[in-house]
Amino acid sequence: MQKQSVFTSRSLPWLLIAPQMLIVLVFFYWPAAQAVWQSFLLQDAFGLSTTFIWFENYSDLLADPDYFAAVVRTFVFAAAIGVSSLSAALLLAVMADKPLRGVGVYRTLLIWPYAVAPPVVGVLWLFMLNPSLGVLAHGLRAMGLDWNPLLNGNQAALLIILASAWKQISYNFLFFLAGLQGIPKSVHEAAAIDGARPVRRFWTITFPLLTPTIFFLIVINVVYAFFDTFGIIDTMTRGGPAKATETLVYKVYSDGLLGGNLGSSAAQSVILMGIVIVLTAIQFRFVERKVTY
Amino acid sequence: MVENEGIRRYLAHAILWIGIAVVAFPVYLAFIASTQDNAAIANGQMSLLPGGHFIETYYKTLFVGSSGTTREPVGTMLLNSLVMALSIALGKIAISLLSAYAIVFFRFPFRMTVFWIIFITLMLPVEVRIYPTYKIAADLNLLDSYSGLALPLIASATATLLFRQFFMTVPDELMEASRIDGAGPFRFFKDTLLPLSRTNMAALFVILFIYGWNQYLWPLLITTRDDMQTIQIGIRKMIVTSDALTEWPVVMATSILAMLPPVAVVIVMQKLFVRGLVETEK
Repeated sequence: MQKQSVFTSRSLPWLLIAPQMLIVLVFFYWPAAQAVWQSFLLQDAFGLSTTFIWFENYSDLLADPDYFAAVVRTFVFAAAIGVSSLSAALLLAVMADKPLRGVGVYRTLLIWPYAVAPPVVGVLWLFMLNPSLGVLAHGLRAMGLDWNPLLNGNQAALLIILASAWKQISYNFLFFLAGLQGIPKSVHEAAAIDGARPVRRFWTITFPLLTPTIFFLIVINVVYAFFDTFGIIDTMTRGGPAKATETLVYKVYSDGLLGGNLGSSAAQSVILMGIVIVLTAIQFRFVERKVTY
Repeated sequence: MVENEGIRRYLAHAILWIGIAVVAFPVYLAFIASTQDNAAIANGQMSLLPGGHFIETYYKTLFVGSSGTTREPVGTMLLNSLVMALSIALGKIAISLLSAYAIVFFRFPFRMTVFWIIFITLMLPVEVRIYPTYKIAADLNLLDSYSGLALPLIASATATLLFRQFFMTVPDELMEASRIDGAGPFRFFKDTLLPLSRTNMAALFVILFIYGWNQYLWPLLITTRDDMQTIQIGIRKMIVTSDALTEWPVVMATSILAMLPPVAVVIVMQKLFVRGLVETEK
């Protein structure tokens, strides 16, 4: 694709592209290449010698039960965050799609959490559910629950999932509402004339017509759960207790921070790169489908 | 049938208000905590109504800093965050405009290669190249500097794609007309293309400002000095592992201050925000 009439200049286009190219090559491609290269190396404990070991870092990772647990955990988090925030957002969007008074106000009051940074989300939820001083934690204790996410791994995981889902509701709500408003009203009216009741109308007409939006949001929510939860985890649990909230991204960060195995950390990065490539490819294939829809 | 409709409407209002309450509750609690006495909070005796320490806490947070540790006042952090967010947003818009202009309005060898090189960076977020990127920034002497905070995040495949798509829709006649008027590539860019792109730029700015303000992992790696940290990093450092030492009113005041600018942008510029969000996801 190209315009019919263009400017003719040899050097000008390169000058225009130079800033972006420079940053992309220095800060994106070079580090990515480094990560790939390091993932094939084994460095001794003092960093004095390195040996090329082919795929040993990868096979070590795949044999490591800790890594396997982190993979499973990340997918469980993604599923839990996605399902809870998508269903809450869908319910709210369906309600906000009705011809109610003050719908604009409702929308404003529901979309702002998009702008709250993940570490702040972490702090807010930590404060509510902190075992010794959290307001909600007191409620849970009063109900006879032994609530202590600082010691109990499952409760810590639940805390991360709740906080992450809370933040993502606004985003999902916005796109669901846009999707719902894109469905022609005549479709609903026709079904109503046929005598279909509202709940049935939703599942047989609205929901199927929303599938492109749902599919798009699933991809976005998986990306969110994989990558953007880092700030939430870092302020709430730092991966603990006993790694119960350590996701793949958090593991790359903390393994490298301890100055441990550089090769293994690089191999983990490369595996994550693979995951991003697959997710982006799915997202773009879907967008093409949406255009022809 | 009509009665039924009325009940449904009340139900919808009720569900929406419950949703709003759930979404707002954590922030309400944070605000309440920022107006109360630390001792009451630490004892778990926090009241659910505002206390009398509002001015005291916010003054201390902004200009003095929390006392338990020798941290910077939050005023400095706010400034750092603002500089970072603005440089990222404006930088991304500027370099993406230029690249998209070159790709659409010029014909040069490897044009599509260049386009793909920019496009593929979508698949290389900071999270998958944490330590090598840090090492390069360190080698280039960028640690603890504003350029270090902003430069590595300034490349933007999304913005370039968006401007490219928009430029493709600009009719050829406009360019021919301005060429007949004797305008060169610079004047066409400045007098025709930039004014046409204004709404797109504004929508993108809103999204990118929020993106820049809320950065966490990169500033965490690249700042070590207290006077260079952004507000997001400052909050994390205020939480001391043993609860007793954490000054919760100051932490909560900092959280409120950290979310105020981006939330205000979303609410005040809601139309541009929604437009930017929908367009950058394409």
